[in-house]
Amino acid sequence: MRMLGCVSPPTSGELTILDGEPVRDGAAIRARLGVVPQEDTLDNELTVRENLLVYGRYFGLSRKLITERTDQLLDFVQLTERAGDQVDPLSGGMKRRLTIARSLINDPDILILDEPTTGLDPQARHVVWDRLFSLKQRGVTLILTTHYMDEAEQLCDRLVVMDHGIIAAEGTPRELIARYSTAEVVELRFAPGQQEDALEKVKDLSPERMEVTADRMLLYASDGDDFLNRVHEAGLRPVTELVRRSTLEDVFLHLTGRTLVD
Amino acid sequence: MAVAARSAAPPALPALPGSAALSVRAFRCWLVMYRRTWRSSVWSSVFGPLFYLGAMGYGLGSLVDRNGTAALGGVPYVVFVAPAVLGVQAMNSGLNNAMFPVFGGIHWNKIYIAARATVLRPADIYRGHLLFITMRIAMNSACFVVVMAAFGLIRSWWAVLLLPAAVLLGVAFSTPVAAWAVTLQTQTPMNYVIRFGAVPLMLFSGTFFPISQLPAWLRPLAYATPLWHGVALCRGLSLGNTDLGAAAIHVAYLTAMAAVGLWLGARTYRGRLYV
Repeated sequence: MRMLGCVSPPTSGELTILDGEPVRDGAAIRARLGVVPQEDTLDNELTVRENLLVYGRYFGLSRKLITERTDQLLDFVQLTERAGDQVDPLSGGMKRRLTIARSLINDPDILILDEPTTGLDPQARHVVWDRLFSLKQRGVTLILTTHYMDEAEQLCDRLVVMDHGIIAAEGTPRELIARYSTAEVVELRFAPGQQEDALEKVKDLSPERMEVTADRMLLYASDGDDFLNRVHEAGLRPVTELVRRSTLEDVFLHLTGRTLVD
Repeated sequence: MAVAARSAAPPALPALPGSAALSVRAFRCWLVMYRRTWRSSVWSSVFGPLFYLGAMGYGLGSLVDRNGTAALGGVPYVVFVAPAVLGVQAMNSGLNNAMFPVFGGIHWNKIYIAARATVLRPADIYRGHLLFITMRIAMNSACFVVVMAAFGLIRSWWAVLLLPAAVLLGVAFSTPVAAWAVTLQTQTPMNYVIRFGAVPLMLFSGTFFPISQLPAWLRPLAYATPLWHGVALCRGLSLGNTDLGAAAIHVAYLTAMAAVGLWLGARTYRGRLYV
């Protein structure tokens, strides 16, 4: 993400952003980018307005233009009532919304967001998603990294799954699920000690795919309820059982062999 | 891509102004922050040197003058020591403003980290901050020069150059020290610089007593220090007894230090912020 933001030089390979080369045209490219870093780099001693003023000045915007855009942006992220307040006492969600507003002060063509909702409570996350969706509809290109699968599924038109620096898969969320997973998943948990026997019996039922993690057994089938019935008919009694639709987490598990760990 | 682009091809990248204009942008942002914090800086910047002057200049001075002032160049002790106190506070202004805010720009308030994501390049961030540091040195020094004049401690018209001389001294310290401070991972080295650098310098650079009072083998060491050059320059201007050759050497030494610092800083800032 830092290479995309032109603040870190690539060690090898070619990168072109907005028809420019980051190493040569870095500053000019940054003029057309907006960046929402993972850790807010707001000045806690300044007010909300002053943070936007300082940032806008870096881009050489006039005071008048900054004031105009500040009013619009604070309205967009719903922080208008806090415009004159110092940043320090604001909540995490408000600070993140302010960072998003700040990243838009120069009216960027591309907005880069590094894990924008990490550390936010669920309500704050939904407000942020709502604003990002609205930005998308206005035609701003968003490049986002996240390890929240629901965030990726909700916001992204195109998804790239990366593992150890390599692109493991790309496509729309629907495409990826269709390609790398089944429609439904049955999650089973057995009492300690019973997992071994249960494993053998379940294998005999021939699920399309099976993943065994430390605490659960995941069985992939196109009809989850039907498969669960066959599990019961085979005489198995799991402690917990769940039938759900496939998500991107299953795709990730299939491609990388691991669940997402924070 | 399914997302509608704003235009078919990306718009041409904007042309950017040169480093001077970009540095001024960074400088103006420091001004916005200073509006919030200026009150806390007044106490140490203005009253600190005044206390020194009072205690050393008048308090100690009344004792020293009784023994004759030939070694001081025939002037009362307070007149001898005042330009040196000016030099010391210029050095301290330069050091303190070039160390803690620079470190803080990376680690505490992250001003540098925020700025580097914008149009500013690391060298612009460095130079913009230096402009602000220079302003602070000039403000502190100007206050002290006014006090010196008010108390009748200036003996020559050359003293109109006292302010630029003090600023040059402060800048000679701040450019290399900022270049160094940006590379730090912890703040302990900065405290060492004050304890083992600034304080000994202050005591032994011809500030409170003439260099002639140091043992002969120590004197060359003192002559090599930038504070000695700065103090000698300021004292010469204030007392009016400097010769132009010596003054030229002092100015050249301090300018060279400042220039080397500037060259280093562009590199260390880039190494720290574009990595």
